[in-house]
Amino acid sequence: MNQPSFSSRRILRPVRPWFIWLSLMFALLLNLMPLGRTPMLPDWVALVLCFWCVREPLRAGMGAGFVFGLLMDIGYGSLMGQHALAYVLLAYTAGTFSRRILWFGPLQQSLHVLPMLVGTQLVMLCVRLSTDAEFPGLGFFAGSVIATLLWYPISFVLLLPQYRPEDKDENRPI
Amino acid sequence: MVSPVAGHSPPPFFRRGPAPLVRLVVLVSAALTLIVVDHRLNYLELLRQGLSVVTTPLQVAAGMPVKGVRSAGEYFADLARLQTENEDLRREQVALGTIRLRQEQLDMENTRLRALLDMRERVQVNAQVAEVIYAVRDPFSRRVVVDKGLTQGIEPGSPVVDDIGVIGQVTRVYPLNAEVTLISDKDQALPVQIARTGVRAVMFGAGSGTLELRYLATDVDLREGDRIVTSGLDGVFAPGLPVARVKSVDRDGSGGFVRILCVPLAGVESHSTVLIMAPGKPVLPADDAAATAGSARAEKAVKP
Repeated sequence: MNQPSFSSRRILRPVRPWFIWLSLMFALLLNLMPLGRTPMLPDWVALVLCFWCVREPLRAGMGAGFVFGLLMDIGYGSLMGQHALAYVLLAYTAGTFSRRILWFGPLQQSLHVLPMLVGTQLVMLCVRLSTDAEFPGLGFFAGSVIATLLWYPISFVLLLPQYRPEDKDENRPI
Repeated sequence: MVSPVAGHSPPPFFRRGPAPLVRLVVLVSAALTLIVVDHRLNYLELLRQGLSVVTTPLQVAAGMPVKGVRSAGEYFADLARLQTENEDLRREQVALGTIRLRQEQLDMENTRLRALLDMRERVQVNAQVAEVIYAVRDPFSRRVVVDKGLTQGIEPGSPVVDDIGVIGQVTRVYPLNAEVTLISDKDQALPVQIARTGVRAVMFGAGSGTLELRYLATDVDLREGDRIVTSGLDGVFAPGLPVARVKSVDRDGSGGFVRILCVPLAGVESHSTVLIMAPGKPVLPADDAAATAGSARAEKAVKP
């Protein structure tokens, strides 16, 4: 499905692989901003990874999740493998449900994304609580809700490079 | 079903690597292995150092806009505040100057007395001033990052204090910065004693910025407002550094222990300039059993 949405008649150009990696790197950069212990900040890497796993399940998947999870673990100084495990599970779920999710409009898509992101946080919570960490409070999950609200703008921005100029060519077959 | 020709199955139409479920199992087991190895065995510091080559430039780049905004805010800080602050600092300097004059004299006297008593010289503590750059984003722990690291000679395990009291301990050192675990972290334990009575205890973080004294019997002599200082038993923290003040004592606990909550004296969660002291070397019993026995006897003699 190479359209912005299932009902759209526009056809997207194929995605460039370097753009996927660049956007993930930029998300990592946003995550590493030293904003301190502010809750409610969305996990940009999880959001962008989820987007690409839904959009391009053959190009971005669990490998990318693992690599960026490890980088997050080091950047955050958290337990090694904590983010990697959560992102691998997120990428698997997003890739599995990709066909289903793409058949919905942006609002329903974000309703699918919310449980996936909360599940990612739950995996991390389980890992850390089983290694005697402190419970961060329910505000921890607010980040996922905000990330869900960002689903529509982020999918618009990340698809921008694939839009082709709308020139009408009468001789083109499609 | 296509029958394999001469033992070979037909090649797939599209090469997509291993099946998703296989990939999932492999990566999840790799991640679980990393978690267990990091938590139980602490073997992964080298991997962390290696991969931090990738994340450190990103962290520096990510820190730039935040730093810019902050320095712009400081630039526009009003003159009056700076003037009063300057005034306060000058007054404090005069006060500290008199104390320093007295301390020099006391130091000399102390060395003389120690020489007379034939005791070992106390190790001079050298310290480095560092700036807290930011708090670590990991919501499950309480740590901050300071701007001094391996290149400035910071060692893991060094005590970190501010102008009032203990803040935490350096737990991880990177080339250019170091990670300090605050005393309010749940995993950070600190050997302390109650300044009024001399009772020794262990202090842990209790979440939301408070501290907890654990494993004390319900009949312990402790009141609200008591000062808690380091006992120096670990050999890492110097004895007598102020740590906390007792906030509440709950003797009705069902666990057989009294539940004591304390508030840290130092600005543990407000990040500013800190002092990283060189870690004291823990004296092992095998090193000089005689000296330890001697000091234990001396302590017993002093204690009523």
